[in-house]
Amino acid sequence: MTMDLSRLTSSSRRLHLLVNPFAAAAAHSRRPISTDTSPITVETSAPFTAHNCDEPSRSVETTPQELVSFFRDMALMRRMEIAADSLYKGKMIRGFCHLYDGQEAVAVGMEAGITKKDCIITAYRDHCTFLGRGGTLLEVFAELMGRQGGCSKGKGGSMHFYKKESGFYGGHGIVGAQVPLGCGLAFAQKYLKDETVTFALYGDGAANQGQLFEALNISCLWQLPAILVCENNHYGMGTAEWRAAKSPAYYKRGDYAPGLKVDGMDALAVKQACKFAKEYALKNGPIILEMDTYRYHGHSMSDPGSTYRTRDEITGVRQVRDPIERIRKLLLGLDLASEKELKDMEKEVRKEVDEAISQAKESQLPDPSELFTNVYSKGYGVEAYGPDRKEVRSVL
Amino acid sequence: MFSILKQKVLNGGSPVMILGQTVQRIRPAVDAYRGYSSAAKEMTVREALNSALDEEMSADPKVFIMGEEVGEYQGAYKISKGLLEKYGPERVLDTPITEAGFTGIGVGAAYYGLKPVVEFMTFNFSMQAIDHIINSAAKSNYMSAGRISVPIVFRGPNGAAAGVGAQHSQCYAGWYASCPGLKVLTPYSSEDARGLLKAAIRDPDPVIFLENELLYGESFPVSAEVLDSSFCLPIGKAKIEREGKDVTITAFSKMVGLALKAAEILAKDGISAEIINLRSIRPLDRATINASVRKTNRLVTVEEGFPQHGVGAEICTSVIEESFGYLDAPVERIAGADVPMPYAANLERSAVPQIEDIVRAAKRACYRAVPMAAAS
Repeated sequence: MTMDLSRLTSSSRRLHLLVNPFAAAAAHSRRPISTDTSPITVETSAPFTAHNCDEPSRSVETTPQELVSFFRDMALMRRMEIAADSLYKGKMIRGFCHLYDGQEAVAVGMEAGITKKDCIITAYRDHCTFLGRGGTLLEVFAELMGRQGGCSKGKGGSMHFYKKESGFYGGHGIVGAQVPLGCGLAFAQKYLKDETVTFALYGDGAANQGQLFEALNISCLWQLPAILVCENNHYGMGTAEWRAAKSPAYYKRGDYAPGLKVDGMDALAVKQACKFAKEYALKNGPIILEMDTYRYHGHSMSDPGSTYRTRDEITGVRQVRDPIERIRKLLLGLDLASEKELKDMEKEVRKEVDEAISQAKESQLPDPSELFTNVYSKGYGVEAYGPDRKEVRSVL
Repeated sequence: MFSILKQKVLNGGSPVMILGQTVQRIRPAVDAYRGYSSAAKEMTVREALNSALDEEMSADPKVFIMGEEVGEYQGAYKISKGLLEKYGPERVLDTPITEAGFTGIGVGAAYYGLKPVVEFMTFNFSMQAIDHIINSAAKSNYMSAGRISVPIVFRGPNGAAAGVGAQHSQCYAGWYASCPGLKVLTPYSSEDARGLLKAAIRDPDPVIFLENELLYGESFPVSAEVLDSSFCLPIGKAKIEREGKDVTITAFSKMVGLALKAAEILAKDGISAEIINLRSIRPLDRATINASVRKTNRLVTVEEGFPQHGVGAEICTSVIEESFGYLDAPVERIAGADVPMPYAANLERSAVPQIEDIVRAAKRACYRAVPMAAAS
């Protein structure tokens, strides 16, 4: 049974624009667009659907600079993931590699609505989320290739990226585990009175995990500033949502916890929802955001992604709902950038990615002694052993 | 980063300002003194654990306790008695009966920098949360190359109690101690309980703290040093409870008591047994164990848990690897019976090591055995 394509395409038939006079005047004599911070308001292309709360306004405050940064950041993420695909096929990346292309608007929109003091925790499809939190391309590619220059010094791999200093807590391989962990981060934020929130991201596959409901129950009881974000790309590995969830209305699954359904391919809608959710969670406790999004790649690099969905469906989403194309149309429609400027930006981004990959390839594999480092934070000089303990031993 | 918390020390009376790192000299919430004479003071293991929790919570505002019935119920085994009243519901948290959820929340709080003490009502229930213990806690420091440390303590009663049946009697020392990234501690006496729990709470890594329900009510003498609020025992160091020269007997938790009683009996037969209280299963104090075996040339390992792939198996192999030439007899291994724990009192008794089992094994190691019952 194929996906109902009309459901996916209904949200972006037309762009509704509400342009304020100031920006309209500016449009006639376009300033260097990347630095223009004059406020403009744009409508989200689809309404929000709310469960047990009032939905936020569809009018999103933004600036030309922000819109351009959305374009560039998403283009960078897209290019990075596609490059990772090639590196994987070239056997420079091993093991697991779960790519995020198609879902960029969630990472980028979320960053626009929050600060680096807020926390984000996600599962294994984390390369772009890491980049959004301030990670560099070099750290990503070096980690994927298992080199010292990687964000986890080559010891984590694709699923274990972290950036604690800017509130990114990984990068987790066990489906669903990141949700209680995220609620724990929120617990600590409340305990320390930091006035910040945690966004715990999970997929439609993880949405059925029992521990999610255990953590949500406790978070609601203790009024923790936890925002549960279901990145619903409609497939948990190869299982479509309607085959895994009796109720695929994930934004309602919190029952007593309020929820909001968001067009996850619209970076502005994501931004609005995250801003709204942060304010809500600081005052009232948990809220669930369901981001309606889509991944172009299969579940991972070993999944062609076509045994459980049609190629028509994939190209359909790409043609009608692509998040980067949406922002491109917006920028062109508002006359905030020219086609050439945007194409040049994409060329720049491509070059950046290529340079980062060359640099990453220069980075060395970890020193053999790194096998035994970081087992403990404090080792007390205890011995650890290699496969032949008479041959290889070390001190922690 | 966090506001200074003003706490009223209910027992002491005067308000105490708590600042991040300062260690305060605090009287334990539960009065541990029998009297103020110069004779050795006695303290139950329960009082020892309670006072350790109290002092560490007092010294560091980032320490908090979480678990089922730890607050209003005063603790299922009264280990956290009085702490809710003293520290309030923000630091002593009663959870619903959802181990996977609250353990994950505890680990997440540790990621952020708090110092949770998560109680499992018994370690049998930790199996519901074992993914968070192993994958979220134990491995994070390694996977993140040191960026995400996890200063958390998982504590609670472990092993057999009395008549609680198969699902409530398992010993988890072997399982947890096999996992790199975890520290596994097994206190026996009140001194162990205080010193090791304080060390565990101060430790920046995930610690599995295996207590024993039947030891909670047992009293032990404690010196003034042990009662001091800065008292701490080193992690990874065993204690020689009784020196001897003929056979080394290793034990942990409740079995230490049985081994000490076995040593008394052996002494009457002219066998001088050296009893090692392991205190730490991971890291295992191989140096102390091997030094002892090199002295006595004979080894008996004692544990309550299942024998296969257990603590005794690891100790035996370690000694063979490091001190083979010193062994004068095969290593003897005393462990729980290789069956789920039965309920009937006689079957339960024969499923758990008894003093006579330890004595018999030590005599075998000394070539002073009596013929086996089954063989004759």
